[in-house]
Amino acid sequence: MAKLGTDTKWQDLTLGLFLPDAGNARLNLTGSWRSIRPVWSHERCIRCGICDMFCPDAAISEDGAGYYSANLDYCKGCGICARECITGAIEMVQEES
Amino acid sequence: MARRVGMEVSIGISEAVSACDVDVISAYPITPQTHVVEHLSEIVAQGRLDAEYISIESEHSAMSACVGAAAAGARTFTATCSQGLALMHEILFIASALRLPIVMAVANRALSAPLNIWNDHSDAMSDRDCGWIQVFAENGQEAFDLTVMAFRIGEDPRVLLPVIVNFDGFILSHVVEPMELLSREEVAKYVPPYVPQIRLDPRAPVTMGPVGIPEIYTETRLAHDHVLRESKATVEEAFAKFAEMFGRQYRSVETYRAEDADVLLLTMGGISETAMSAMDRLREQGKSVGLVRLRLWRPFPFGELAAALEHCKVLAVVDRALSTGGPGGPVASEVKAALYHQANRPTVVEFIAGLGGRDVRVEDFFTIYEKAAKVLAGGTLPPFEIIGVRS
Repeated sequence: MAKLGTDTKWQDLTLGLFLPDAGNARLNLTGSWRSIRPVWSHERCIRCGICDMFCPDAAISEDGAGYYSANLDYCKGCGICARECITGAIEMVQEES
Repeated sequence: MARRVGMEVSIGISEAVSACDVDVISAYPITPQTHVVEHLSEIVAQGRLDAEYISIESEHSAMSACVGAAAAGARTFTATCSQGLALMHEILFIASALRLPIVMAVANRALSAPLNIWNDHSDAMSDRDCGWIQVFAENGQEAFDLTVMAFRIGEDPRVLLPVIVNFDGFILSHVVEPMELLSREEVAKYVPPYVPQIRLDPRAPVTMGPVGIPEIYTETRLAHDHVLRESKATVEEAFAKFAEMFGRQYRSVETYRAEDADVLLLTMGGISETAMSAMDRLREQGKSVGLVRLRLWRPFPFGELAAALEHCKVLAVVDRALSTGGPGGPVASEVKAALYHQANRPTVVEFIAGLGGRDVRVEDFFTIYEKAAKVLAGGTLPPFEIIGVRS
């Protein structure tokens, strides 16, 4: 199917706007919405993974050594990880334009 | 051949659904539910119908489960009314926009408050624009037949829309009427197997219900409007095929003793039979009066209505709901809008009757006719009038 855009006519839409492939949310880089970003302190982090569990966008992942970081293509900067972190290891830092 | 039996109309609808061999039924089992799904649960428990019966905690969830089942490719049914339909409201729009041909029976009842479980059309009118095909049954036989037809119409590859079969709460839903039931074998010849165009399948994943950004949303609305309008041809085809196979002829708009009548009354649903009795008595007295009944509510039958009103001078619309703070009755508003562009249109007068189970009698239709006849003679009426209201 042609990509949906400002030149798409109603006759060109699929049945119920279904998309023939799955996982399209990856194409939408919602990280551009962010005004503050999470920064982890490895000194304070106890590697519990609470930040990962609470991230509503599944943007946080573990790095293999037990520490966590956010994929900034998708992290919207909501700050839930920082709010939930037991040890206060996550600081929300202002994005500079 | 067809069996003629005396049966409660709700039970008859259950039998129609069973004859259509549905795959999934999801329903909230308690008030304002009717015997429709109660009896279906018995049919499934007896092993007469091989279906998944999902008893669920609310109508919002019931319709959500129907959306999921239909998205997975199942022939799906539910029933509700009143507050239950209101609780389904947001999911109704999703079911139709995702083009899922769910069939739902709605035993029309009033909305609270004050708490009222009785019959009127307030529930259906609140969901006028939910994007479903919507029909109104007049009697038990019609409720049965329309339920069967709903699966054929909704699942047609040219349509793929959900269908609401409205039938009046209590005055139809809880009344025993003579009905000719169709067997599963007979129905199978009329309703072909459902072949979903797309479906959720983990082995071949697709995305259903993506975000419709402002650049696309408007086009999706036009596409929905287009298919709903165009579905009328399939509805007419289904009526014609039903008449050919089973001998009962249905039309989008019915007329009764309307030929050359100066005054026509317009109704939807069960009160139409009472109105027909009134028409017989008035015709016996030599009055020039007849009845028009809308069976198809969405898509609205503009052409058929115009044809039915061709010779009419005064049209009295009898609504079963009140558009509070608005122009009066919702059906009258639609009819007036439909006639606005016609040069040769009747004067439309509006009446509201039978709210929250208030009885609508033959005599009430005499009153409506007499008032309409005064307008025919040059008199005027208030914008709308509620029949029998004490003031």
